Amino acid sequence: MYSFEFEKPSTIADAVAALGAEDAQALGGGQTLIPTLKQRLAAPSKLVSVSGIAEMKGVCVEDDGSVAVGGATTHATVASEALGSYPALAALAGQIGDPAVRNRGTIGGSIANNDPAACYPAAVLGSGATIVTNARQIAADDFFEGMFSTTLDEGELVTSVRFPVPEAASYQKFLQPASRFALVGVYVARFADGVRVAVTGASEDGVFRWSEAEEALNKEFRADALMDLRINPANMIADLHGSKEYRAHLVSVMTKRAVEACM
Amino acid sequence: MPKDSGIGASSKRREDVRFLTGAGNYTDDINVHGQAYVHFLRSDIAHGRIKSVDTSAAEGMPGVVKVFTGKDFEGVGGMPCGWEVTDKHGAPMQEPPHPILAQGKVRHVGDPIAAVVADSLEQARDAAEAIDVDIEELPAVIDMKAAAQDGATLVHDDLKNNICYDWQLGETDDAKVDEVFANAAHVTTLDLVNNRLVANPMEPRVAVGEYKRGTDEYTLYTTSQNPHVIRLLMCAFVLGLPEHKVRVVAPDVGGGFGTKIFHYAEEAFCTFAAKACGRPVKWTSSRSEAFMSDAHGRDHVSKIELALDADNNFIGLRTNTYANLGAYLSTFSSSVPTWLHGTLMAGNYKTPVIQVNVKAMFTNTVPVDAYRGAGRPEATFQLERVVDKAARELGVDPIALRRQNFITQFPYDTPVALTYDTGDYNGTMDKLEAAADLAGFAARRAESEANGKLRGLGVNCYIEACGIAPSNIVGMLGARAGLYDAATVRVNATGSISVMVGAHSHGQGHETAFPQVVADMIGIDESMVEIVHGDTSKIPFGMGTYGSRSLAVCGSAMVKATEKVIEKAKRIAAHLLEASEADIELKDGQFSVAGTDKSVAWGDVTLTAYVPHNYPLEVEPGLEETAFYDPANFTFPAGAYACEVEVDPETGRVTIEAFTAADDFGNIVNPMIVDGQVHGGIGQGIGQALLENCAYDENGQLLSASYMDYAIPRADDVPFYGVDHSSQTPCTHNPLGVKGCGEAGAIGSPPAVVNAVLDALNSGGKAVDHIDMPVSPSRVWAAMNS
Amino acid sequence: MTQVSMTVNGKSVSGDVEGRTLLSSFLRDHLSLTGTHVGCDTAQCGACVVHVNGEAVKSCNMLALEADGAEVGTIEGQANADGSLNVIQQAFQDHHGLQCGFCTPGMVMSAAALLKDNPRPTEAEIRKYLEGNLCRCTGYHNIVKAIMAASGQDVSSIAAE
Repeated sequence: MYSFEFEKPSTIADAVAALGAEDAQALGGGQTLIPTLKQRLAAPSKLVSVSGIAEMKGVCVEDDGSVAVGGATTHATVASEALGSYPALAALAGQIGDPAVRNRGTIGGSIANNDPAACYPAAVLGSGATIVTNARQIAADDFFEGMFSTTLDEGELVTSVRFPVPEAASYQKFLQPASRFALVGVYVARFADGVRVAVTGASEDGVFRWSEAEEALNKEFRADALMDLRINPANMIADLHGSKEYRAHLVSVMTKRAVEACM
Repeated sequence: MPKDSGIGASSKRREDVRFLTGAGNYTDDINVHGQAYVHFLRSDIAHGRIKSVDTSAAEGMPGVVKVFTGKDFEGVGGMPCGWEVTDKHGAPMQEPPHPILAQGKVRHVGDPIAAVVADSLEQARDAAEAIDVDIEELPAVIDMKAAAQDGATLVHDDLKNNICYDWQLGETDDAKVDEVFANAAHVTTLDLVNNRLVANPMEPRVAVGEYKRGTDEYTLYTTSQNPHVIRLLMCAFVLGLPEHKVRVVAPDVGGGFGTKIFHYAEEAFCTFAAKACGRPVKWTSSRSEAFMSDAHGRDHVSKIELALDADNNFIGLRTNTYANLGAYLSTFSSSVPTWLHGTLMAGNYKTPVIQVNVKAMFTNTVPVDAYRGAGRPEATFQLERVVDKAARELGVDPIALRRQNFITQFPYDTPVALTYDTGDYNGTMDKLEAAADLAGFAARRAESEANGKLRGLGVNCYIEACGIAPSNIVGMLGARAGLYDAATVRVNATGSISVMVGAHSHGQGHETAFPQVVADMIGIDESMVEIVHGDTSKIPFGMGTYGSRSLAVCGSAMVKATEKVIEKAKRIAAHLLEASEADIELKDGQFSVAGTDKSVAWGDVTLTAYVPHNYPLEVEPGLEETAFYDPANFTFPAGAYACEVEVDPETGRVTIEAFTAADDFGNIVNPMIVDGQVHGGIGQGIGQALLENCAYDENGQLLSASYMDYAIPRADDVPFYGVDHSSQTPCTHNPLGVKGCGEAGAIGSPPAVVNAVLDALNSGGKAVDHIDMPVSPSRVWAAMNS
Repeated sequence: MTQVSMTVNGKSVSGDVEGRTLLSSFLRDHLSLTGTHVGCDTAQCGACVVHVNGEAVKSCNMLALEADGAEVGTIEGQANADGSLNVIQQAFQDHHGLQCGFCTPGMVMSAAALLKDNPRPTEAEIRKYLEGNLCRCTGYHNIVKAIMAASGQDVSSIAAE
């Protein structure tokens, strides 16, 4: 690792101030960032830990029924505390990494990094969540901008994520055997006003909504409704673990399974 | 009744206590006062000509002690290869130099170009970034068949081509082999890949070099399976140091699996640099560094052909293999695709005519050497896959086809240079059929199918040549070392015993199992016997631990030394008991005169040996004996394995539902440890079959360069295993009748898994002949949909 | 350099560290608690698992300064007060749940964290929980068995020891 300063503020305001320094970077749980630093692939001047900011931690149900997850909330906390209010989200959080990683990794860190194979972006986009930062609120549809890229500005901090709770939802993850990230992960959420289908792990452009599947499921929310749907493999990731065609196929299978799990 | 101590008892491991309480002493736990840290600047391109390496900026950086490049080692030897293979035309293999730091060219991603020694590791890394390296990139030689073509880019400019050797074993008359195949009623042919693997012991490699100016003595602490071998190679071939001035210590070592046998450049570097820098120098590999600097394993591309007569008897076998050696010859690399592979192609079968052809290739990849099984898994995989394919083509039961062709008479001389001393392949298969409940498979398949899954059963046999090895034989075959081992049994005055052994324990439980043997021979409590290993200054000599050899070879030396101790102790006892030496019996730690009630205890005799007041004058005081043991033959563990898988027809995902191993290891000293060795081997075999894939792209970039892309099995990738070791035909030529068990699981399991997957797919109406390992979901899906 | 203070295995400790100093380095290099091992650099092998405020974390993937003020438990603090092996450690020895010993500290710490939350886990739950702990020696058979035994379950029917 290159040398950096470390700061651990206890309020959002102090964190934002600290992030104003040149090349400062927020540190969530560090489960991806620290390995990146070890490889010397990043050289922040300062890491601003959000782990001491109480107002960024925890899961709560808002007046409108949505579930708000603090940006510094660990996956383990979401897996247990969202169990009653948003079970599909809790289940997804419980599948990220491994237990020790879940005890450190945070939702804010995960979505700000926007790894194309991460689980959380699927839930955020699939739920049509709102990303709340120190400066503004961003709709999930506007937040993810492709592999490792979001609309967050320099120094902007994800303070919480607000999830509307669907009538039914399920995340189906097919494991990449080495990293245990998603080779393909599909989040299906059925709301009163429509179905959202978000796919992670598959595309060169990162998490995306499969609109054809949404249309089909809006007509008829049954796995059979997807029978003739195929996603174009052209934009899929091809690597050691699967071809474009295989990923495209898995998108269909995982979507179907997610719909079945919603029944 | 299970025994509760001595040979045959599942004694709990005494070494566990320190490992379970964080009190182990691994190499990275060792810090020497004043030590500096080295960081190696490694090539990030696969093949290139070094035009310049400018270290001037780095030398002035904070904390930098010294910067080394290939030039600093121009007068120093290179990394040696310990086995000279002779090709089929009688020429010695092509043997290019392997410098400690790259000279002239870089030849694989990870090839060290420079080394920075600094006060801290991060300072060394900072300075390494300031080294200006100018490399002219050359085309990377990756594909073995392309590398063998005339006119291919040369990995080593001074060699005539990229072929290290073109080797043959078995029938040399091609016409005779052709005739066997021409007259066959059926020929089964299979092209397959034995996938490149990375051994991945959980402890990365570490080396700490220390030099004492006052006495001109070096100490190297290193993660090695064989400290004496490292000392010998480093002193004699690399640094030119007298061995008595060099101590090599391999303390607790966190797994080896072959990849810690070899003498590595980092070990020689730290030893050399400790003197050059006037400070101890420490290197700790990161896992990412390990992927590009630990010797890899396997990586064969083979074509195998099996000829059968009208009665389904195997009448001929021919193989053609390309074996990847990587960019340089690692210590035992040349022996793996040849004498550890070709000699095993008979397997458990009495095939009369066998011809094995191997072209060993230089490529711009990390050197390839022995990994758990080393050559024998590659042989077993080819043979057991082609037999299974033959059974499917002929529509016969694969187990029946194997049984029909089993060798049943021993000793048996194979057409590929081995003599199997003993075995009972039908007996072992009987054990497997019972232990795996093969009779119940149909019902289990029906249950899986009811759940929408395809279920398959794969069975295979294996044989391995272990107890490596008779020195006179391996010497004729090109080994540049003897493969005996040594032990010193030092009896202390009060009767406790230290046994200095040349074998090295890095998970195998020697500290528990070896004392069981000595204690059993004398009839004393195991706790009175302790094993000392891993330090050239403490043990007489040793060739180390690999090739399932420790108990069969070093254990035999220990038995011989213990026999000498007992013989001498009997002479002392005879004197004390005023009886004839011939009448003295040793039982339960008591020397007694046959047919009388006169006896003297072990402790009284040992005390007398060191306090020789009342003592036979013709006997030397003291009680310590050393024995060297050179085996008369290899040992031949063999077994039969069964795997049951489920395949998800939608995704191609394979899950292992059951795995059963029936092995014949001859006599067993500690059944608990033996079972554990088999479990671990099966885990690695399942890893090779389903998960592990060390892959390069066409430019020589390593695609599986960390655990993010290289999958070793996790707990939920594998089931509980069934193991049966009740089939026992003791080895006929070593004193314990033991054969070795360390590699069996890794040798025997991959074909069972692949056979099972193919059985599942075929049961589902998919006529799939073969899928290369790892049988990943994407490959299964592609095969189902091709 | 910044001073960091924490409680490790019940003892108050402190030291001067850089921002980039990892908790694993602080334990190993500053406190000489070398039982915590480092087996990878991508947060996957789990040899470095320790407890921070009662939760399993990968100490090679956490900055030492993040543990300021925390209660940290390592393998060195697991044995009973009289020095004898605790229930989990003893089960690992009884059932041959370790070979080379390198992954073992992380395995024991993860097992302890699992059993705290789930005192009687099934085989499948144990295997799933150990997703972040790699072992290359045992094929996991005896590790899973040892954890089942440590939780008071009868393991005598599990194939072969």
